[in-house]
Amino acid sequence: MNDNTITHDNRSLWSLIVRAVKGFRFSEHSTGMAFIILFLLAIIVGWPNFLRIRNLVNILRQISYTGIIGLGMTMVIISGGIDLSVGSMTAFVGGITIFFLNLFPGDSHMAVLAAGLFAVLFGAFSGLFNGLLVTKGRIAPFIATLGTMSIFRSLIQYFSGAGNILSENTFYPEVGAGSVLGLPVPVWMFFIIAAILHIVLNNTRFGRYICAVGANEQVARYSAVQVLKIRLIPYIITGATVGVTALLWSSRLNSINSSDCIYYELDAIAAVVIGGTAMTGGKGTVIGTVLGAIMLGMINNMLVLGGVSSYLQQAAKGLVIIAAVLLQYNKKN
Amino acid sequence: MKETQSGPYVLETQHITKEFSGVRVLDDITVGIRSGEIMGLIGENGAGKSTLIKIICGIYQPTSGSVSLEGTPVEINDYIKAKRLGIALVPQEFNLINTLTVWENMFLGNEIITATRLLNKKQMRSRAGKQLEELGMPLDVNLKISDLSVAEKQQVEISKALLLNAGILIMDEPTTTLTGHEIRTLFTLMRRLKAQGVTIIFVSHKLGEIKTICDRVTVLRDGKLISIDEIADINEHDIARKMIGRDFTQVFPKKKVRTGDDIILSAEHLVSGRVLKDVSFDLRRGEILGFAGLVGSGRTETAETIMGLRPLSAGRVTVNGKSVHIQNARDAVDLGIGYLSEDRQGKGIVQDFDIPQNITMISLKRYLKNFLIDKGTELEKSSEYVRKFNIVAASMKMGLRFFSGGNQQKVYLARWVDTNPSILILDEPTRGIDVNAKKEIYDFIHSLAEQGISCIVISSEMEEVMGLCSRIYVMKEGRVTGCLEGDRITEEEIMFHATGIQGEVFDER
Repeated sequence: MNDNTITHDNRSLWSLIVRAVKGFRFSEHSTGMAFIILFLLAIIVGWPNFLRIRNLVNILRQISYTGIIGLGMTMVIISGGIDLSVGSMTAFVGGITIFFLNLFPGDSHMAVLAAGLFAVLFGAFSGLFNGLLVTKGRIAPFIATLGTMSIFRSLIQYFSGAGNILSENTFYPEVGAGSVLGLPVPVWMFFIIAAILHIVLNNTRFGRYICAVGANEQVARYSAVQVLKIRLIPYIITGATVGVTALLWSSRLNSINSSDCIYYELDAIAAVVIGGTAMTGGKGTVIGTVLGAIMLGMINNMLVLGGVSSYLQQAAKGLVIIAAVLLQYNKKN
Repeated sequence: MKETQSGPYVLETQHITKEFSGVRVLDDITVGIRSGEIMGLIGENGAGKSTLIKIICGIYQPTSGSVSLEGTPVEINDYIKAKRLGIALVPQEFNLINTLTVWENMFLGNEIITATRLLNKKQMRSRAGKQLEELGMPLDVNLKISDLSVAEKQQVEISKALLLNAGILIMDEPTTTLTGHEIRTLFTLMRRLKAQGVTIIFVSHKLGEIKTICDRVTVLRDGKLISIDEIADINEHDIARKMIGRDFTQVFPKKKVRTGDDIILSAEHLVSGRVLKDVSFDLRRGEILGFAGLVGSGRTETAETIMGLRPLSAGRVTVNGKSVHIQNARDAVDLGIGYLSEDRQGKGIVQDFDIPQNITMISLKRYLKNFLIDKGTELEKSSEYVRKFNIVAASMKMGLRFFSGGNQQKVYLARWVDTNPSILILDEPTRGIDVNAKKEIYDFIHSLAEQGISCIVISSEMEEVMGLCSRIYVMKEGRVTGCLEGDRITEEEIMFHATGIQGEVFDER
């Protein structure tokens, strides 16, 4: 206690460091700290392969599909809701998008562009359906989206005859399998959407209001916030992110299988939770979700490189989720 | 039973210091409580009363210092431990489960079990009933908490604490929401408990109450212990001076003679659900209009109906001579109407939002630049309010959770002022805050009226409506039963209209 009083007058570099360290609140940066620790651990466990650029890019590609959905999910969870339907919805939107694409005969770039727009809009529309059930229908988000999760999955199984829906457009795979400046397209999309939603959350009226509604709906209502609208929009955003992932996923293999994207909702929610967003709503960060998603990828990668059975990977993921929530809980006290 | 004055105190805090994120809210507090006394604890906003109580109850841990019982230092890790040690708290904000009944709440966590390990509902019901009867509140123990009035909820809260045979009972501003009769009942009960040897720590902002009921009084200011006095040795004026640190003169600003006669807001025969049966009133420009009545008489519901927070079943609202249809709070805000709710925690502030985020919540549109919030302007404007309202804030970036009730209230008020309202409805604007902050808020309401903003003040504190308002509507059971003006504004007159009987008025002395 006594020796840091000196540092107030001392302008040396050392004092600046001491002050930075003293002012650093571990609890506020726990996600970042966990990320760094995990990264260092991965370097050791996966030496030397983990640090290879190809491996790192691969991790990013792997997590970007559910990561993108996790970004939308962050908004939903902050607003006090949850969306369990995203996995089924991805397969559903992906399948319908391929049907749409196949309406255009021959290989055309325009058709691919139109399909891209269609995927996002159709995703947003599916999200709107979820949102209306929750807001206008007054159904608890968990139940409403549990229902639509079943519906979307069932529909895609029906439309695909429980098999594959194949695209006839040979340009389509360029979207999901392509690379720009050495980074795969899905990774770019992940970072770009993250940047946009980060700004939306921190610097717009809507972002402020979803925090308010998630923290205390009554307070928001009494402060002239249109609560239903604010609760509805995050589901549409999530639907749109689902649309993006559906586009990327279906175009990568140029097809959709009716059992694709199972458990995407779990990975998306896990990324949000590991990223420090409170499940009770009210606060959270987009950057946290980005880190959370990457951490999930690193854990998987570490286990693979360390030669751990792939059957145990889900267990590791489960443990990390539990640890993240425990950390959150302890932060409160 | 008899304790000598120099003997070990039943409860003593020793050199308690508490810091939140480096901000010292309690500084070296040593207070000894004698067995069987009623110790008053008084202090301003942010003086540290609540923090001290929470440390005694184990809800917070002190940064340094200790608490001892009967001279032995004890570690109170949580409230459960405190209860086991015989310390019970009647919190200011109720801690009851709305969906459970009265007796279920009273025995929550301390259920009586039969020999077969099942709940002994019969015994719990009868014991709960007996307890309430002793309190002078013959409540039906099978009622759900959600069906009770605020006053009744508090009675349940008190009886719940007493059920545990607590040796030390801490009451955090228990009289704030009670009527005169209920306060008297409470005091009778406190005296009876005292006679039974229960030690009571009584936190209040009301000097008269402290003087009436307490044996000794402890004054805190800015987290420091100012004095501990025998109540006989000190008068109310001295207590006030110690609390504030300066001389305390006039609480209420001079009543303003209203200027214009033009009616800015008028309500005609409002009906809403089953709570509001027939409410009509007029509000004039620049006027401070009072709404008096008992808790549950429909004053809050009237305000909420006008704000569009409750459906209007029948009747008409006119703003500036135009008939309006207000569907939600946004419509009301657009018409220049603001409503400061009585429920600051539940409907007012966002606990995790900082000062600027809370202040700009309604007026946020004005702070947008290209769809993005201009945080510089937001912070600048908020700092202005912090200065203007004399808000004590360690940091603008700290969540409102860490602020005292008075400072939270000022932030909440600033939020509404920032919407530039022409009509502001203030529902219990000084609930749960201390004298000094009260005076600041009174002055502020007064200056709003001088700027031409018409204010409606809803208050259960008779002194408050009488001191502030030029006209007072009195409500009873969802109806306006009278409108008082000038010389007719007396406590007797208000009570008559509020209760329908020529009732007696609680005298604090």
